Amino acid sequence: AVSLPFAVGQCGNQVGCRFWDLALREHAAVNKKGIYDEALSSFFRNIDTRSGGDGPGIYKGKICSLKARALLIDMEESVVNEILQGPLRDVFDSKQLITDVSGSGNNWAVGHKLYGYQYRENIVEKLRKNAEHCDCLQCFFIIHSMGGGTGSGLGTFVLNLLEDEFPEVYRFVTSVYPSGEDDVITSPYNSVLAMKELNEHADCVLPVENESLFEIVNKINQMINSGKLGSTVKQNSLVTSSAGSVKTLQEKPFDAMNNIVANLLLNLTSSARFEGSLNMDLNEISMNLVPFPRLHYLVSSLTPLYTLADVNVPSRRLDQMFSDAFSRDHQLIQADPKHSLYLACALLVRGNVQVSDLRRNIERLKPSLHFVSWNQEGWKTGLCSVPPVGHSHSLLALANNTCVKPTFIELKERFMKLYKKKAHLHHYLQIDGMEQSCFSEAVSSLSDLIEEYNELDATKGGPRTDPSRLKIAV
Amino acid sequence: MSIVTVQLGQCGNQIGHEVFHSLCSDIRGTHGLCSRKENQSYQDACKERFFWEQESGVPVARAVLVDMEPKVISQTLSIAARSGCWKYNSQSHFCQKQGSGNNWANGYSVHGPRHKESIMNLVQKEAERCDRLGGFVTIMSMAGGTGSGLGAFVTRCLRDAFPASFILNHVIWPYGTGEVIVQNYNSVLTLAHLYRSADALLVHENDAIHKICAQLMNIKHISFRDVNQVIAHQLGSVFQPAHTTEGDPNYSRNPLGDLMETLVPHPEFKMLGLRSIPQIAENSLPYSTFSWPGLIKHLRQMLIANAQMEEGIDWQVRPPPPGSSSHSTKKPLHFNTSVANLVILRGKDVHTVDLGSFQDPSLYTSWLNPQDAFNAWRTPRAFNKYEKSASLVSNSQFLLKPLDSVVGKAWNMFASKAYIHQYTKFGIEEEDFLDSFTTLEQVISSYTTL
Repeated sequence: AVSLPFAVGQCGNQVGCRFWDLALREHAAVNKKGIYDEALSSFFRNIDTRSGGDGPGIYKGKICSLKARALLIDMEESVVNEILQGPLRDVFDSKQLITDVSGSGNNWAVGHKLYGYQYRENIVEKLRKNAEHCDCLQCFFIIHSMGGGTGSGLGTFVLNLLEDEFPEVYRFVTSVYPSGEDDVITSPYNSVLAMKELNEHADCVLPVENESLFEIVNKINQMINSGKLGSTVKQNSLVTSSAGSVKTLQEKPFDAMNNIVANLLLNLTSSARFEGSLNMDLNEISMNLVPFPRLHYLVSSLTPLYTLADVNVPSRRLDQMFSDAFSRDHQLIQADPKHSLYLACALLVRGNVQVSDLRRNIERLKPSLHFVSWNQEGWKTGLCSVPPVGHSHSLLALANNTCVKPTFIELKERFMKLYKKKAHLHHYLQIDGMEQSCFSEAVSSLSDLIEEYNELDATKGGPRTDPSRLKIAV
Repeated sequence: MSIVTVQLGQCGNQIGHEVFHSLCSDIRGTHGLCSRKENQSYQDACKERFFWEQESGVPVARAVLVDMEPKVISQTLSIAARSGCWKYNSQSHFCQKQGSGNNWANGYSVHGPRHKESIMNLVQKEAERCDRLGGFVTIMSMAGGTGSGLGAFVTRCLRDAFPASFILNHVIWPYGTGEVIVQNYNSVLTLAHLYRSADALLVHENDAIHKICAQLMNIKHISFRDVNQVIAHQLGSVFQPAHTTEGDPNYSRNPLGDLMETLVPHPEFKMLGLRSIPQIAENSLPYSTFSWPGLIKHLRQMLIANAQMEEGIDWQVRPPPPGSSSHSTKKPLHFNTSVANLVILRGKDVHTVDLGSFQDPSLYTSWLNPQDAFNAWRTPRAFNKYEKSASLVSNSQFLLKPLDSVVGKAWNMFASKAYIHQYTKFGIEEEDFLDSFTTLEQVISSYTTL
C-alpha cells in the first residue's frame, strides 16, 4: 500500500528531506538486487528515464530511476531550492513542488486563508496527478511545524483539502510543536489555530516537541564524547545520524533532530513495507489507537537511540529496549506516559525479535502502567523482520495516553497570555476570511479536547465496576 | 473425498502453509510402522483428500488463498514452491493491496461484497476439481480484520453456494493480552456469524499452544512459526486419513462428515476443542517411549480437568459421583462436561487400546447415550514420526471460560462505546453488535447448563 507524504513549510521540508534520504538508505541496505519491489513502491516510483513515464512495475524489473512520491510545498523558496540543488535533486520533479517567494511571515492566517485560497487549484491538480501514479493509495502524511505560518496554516489547509478530495484515504500528521522559548512570538496563535484543524480533520497526529528532540541529541552527544562507549557505537545506528545516506557531506544544525523524526516515520511504515510474522499496517494503527474520533494524538518513542558495534544481543539488552520505550527520555514530546492513563498502546518491533520476547516484556511492564478500565489489555503489536540500518532490532511505541494533556494546557496558556492583550491580533484579522471568531472557536476546540482528557483522567484509579452482562432467557 | 481449504488473512495463510507442509512431510516419511501396502493406501488417501497432481508430478494443494494485502500470500506461495515436495496453484489466490485494518466491518461489509465473485470463482474451481467434494475447511484468526470479517462473510457465501457441503471453521483464538486492541470486538462478531453458517468451529488458542512450545517443546525464543507448526501437527493428527468405522479396513471417505456426525449432535453446540498428545521436540522423539495406558489416562484427565497439555494436569478433578443428576449443583466445580468426544489413535497396537474410561456416562451431559456421545478412530499407520499418538476432539465446556472472558471484555468496552465509530464507519451498527452479543450469551448459557 502506498503513502503520499506532504512536506509543508520550512520545518516540514527539512524533515522531509531527511526522511527521503534515510528511506533511500534503508531500502538500499535491504534491496541488494536492485529490483523495484513492493517495499520500494510504497514511497518511490520507478521512472523509465527514456520515456519519462513509469518504468518496470513491481517485481518486473530493475530500478531505473527512483522518484519519491511526495509533494513539497513552501511559500518561501530557499529550503526547497536547496533540496533541488543538492544530492536529492533527482528524486523530485517539478510536478511535485509548489513554492512562492515571500513566505507566510509566521502568520497562520496568511498560510491558511491567503495562500490556501490562492494555491488551492494548483495543489489539487498536483495532488491528483501524484495520486494517479499510486496503485493503491492508503495514507497521506503531512509533515509540518505548528508554530510558523506556512507549515501551520497552509499545512492544515492541505489537510482539509485532502479530506474533501480523498475522504477514504487516511490522514496522518507529524506535527512539530513549538517549545516555550520559541523565538516566534506568535507561535501560540499559529499552533492553536492549527490544533482546531487537526482535531477535526486528522485521523492520527504524532506530536513532536523540539525540546525532546534536542534532549535526545544532547544525550547522544554526551554519550559519544564521554569516551566510555563512544568508539564502539555504530555511526549509522544513531537515531540522529545521516551516516551512509546521500546527504552526509552537508550536515546542518537541525539535521540531527530532523533525523529522529525521519526515523519515526520510517519505523511507523516499516511493517507496511517489509515482511514480518505479524504485520501492522497504517490503517491498523488508526483502528486500534483511536477509540474516540477526537482523541487521536499519539505519543511516540523510539528505541534504541544507538547500537554498539558488538552485535551480540543478550535477552537483557532486548528487554532494556522495551523498558526504555516507556521512559521519559525516549518520548518525542515532553511527557511521562508511565504516570498518566493509557487508552491504548502499540508496539512495533523490527528485527530479530519473536512473539515470546514481545509477550514476556508486555507481561513485565504491564503492572507498572495504568490502562483505562475498558481497555485493560489495550496492546496492539507488530513484528517486522527487517531491522533499521545499523541495528539488529528496534522498537517504536505509540501511546494514546492522557500525558499529552500538559502539552495542550501549556499551549492554551501561552495562547491566552497573548490573546488577552490582543497582541499581534491585527496581523491576523487583516487577512481576508479571518475573524475574531476563528480565534475563539480554536481555543474552544482546544479546551474541549483538554476536557475530554480530564474526564478520562478522572476515572484513573477509581473503583472498577464492570457493566452487567446481557441476561438470556434460558 | 476431497477437502478444499480456504486460507484467510495473515494467520490463515501462515498456518495453512504449515498444515500442508506437515501433511506432505508425514506421507513422505517412512516411519509409518506399517506394511508398504498400508502406507501406500494412506498416501493415496491423503493425496486425494488434500492435493491434486499436475503433469510435473508435484502435488498441488487444494486450497484458495485470500488476503487483503499481498505480502503474506506472496511469501506463502514462494516458500511452498521452493520446498520441491508440494506447492500451491499459482492461480488459486486472491489479494488486494490495502488490508482490512483489523476492522471486522471493513472485512465483512466492504471487502466481502466487493470481492465475493472473485473469491467464490476460485472456490468453485477448486470444488469442481474434486472428484467428490467432502467439504470445506477455512483457516482464520478472530482477532484481525480479514480472517475474521472477510472470513465470516466467505463462510456465509460457502453455505449459500454449497448448502449440502460440510463446513468447518478452524479458528485461532488470540493471546489474551492483546495482539490487537479491538480483538474482542472482532472475535464476538466473528463467532456469532460463524455460528450461523458453519457446521462446527474447531478452535486453537494461542496462549495454550504457546505454553506447549515453552514447556513441552523446550523452545527458547518462541516464534509464530513455532506456534503454527504445533497447530499444524495437531490438525494433521485429525485430518490425515483414518479408519472411522470399526472393522472397515478402508480409510474414511467422508472425513468432515464423520467428524460432524460424531461431534455435533445439536446445532446449539458447535465449539470443538482439540488436544493432542504426546507433544515433544522432534529431536527428543527417538529417545522417548510412551505407553497407551499412560497416554489414555492423561488424555482423559486432560478432558475432565480441561488441561491444555499433558503437564500440570489437575489430578484432583473427578467426575461427579454416579446417581447425581447432571443438572445438580453438586457437580464438582472445574469439571469439564462433554456433549460428545472423539478420540483418534494412530500408531502401534492401536487396536489393543482400552478406551472404556472415555465411555463413562458421568463425563457426559444426560441427553445423549454415552455410546453415541463417544467415538474412536483407530489407525495403525503412525503419524508424523510419533510411534503412538492420541488426539481428542471434544465438544465440551473446554471453550466456555475463554468464550465468557472474550464476551465479558468486549461487553465492557462496548459499554463505553470505545472504537464503535470505527465500525459504524463501515456499516456495522450498534444493533449488529447487540445481536452478536445475544447469540454468544446464548451459546455460553447452553454450555454452562450442560
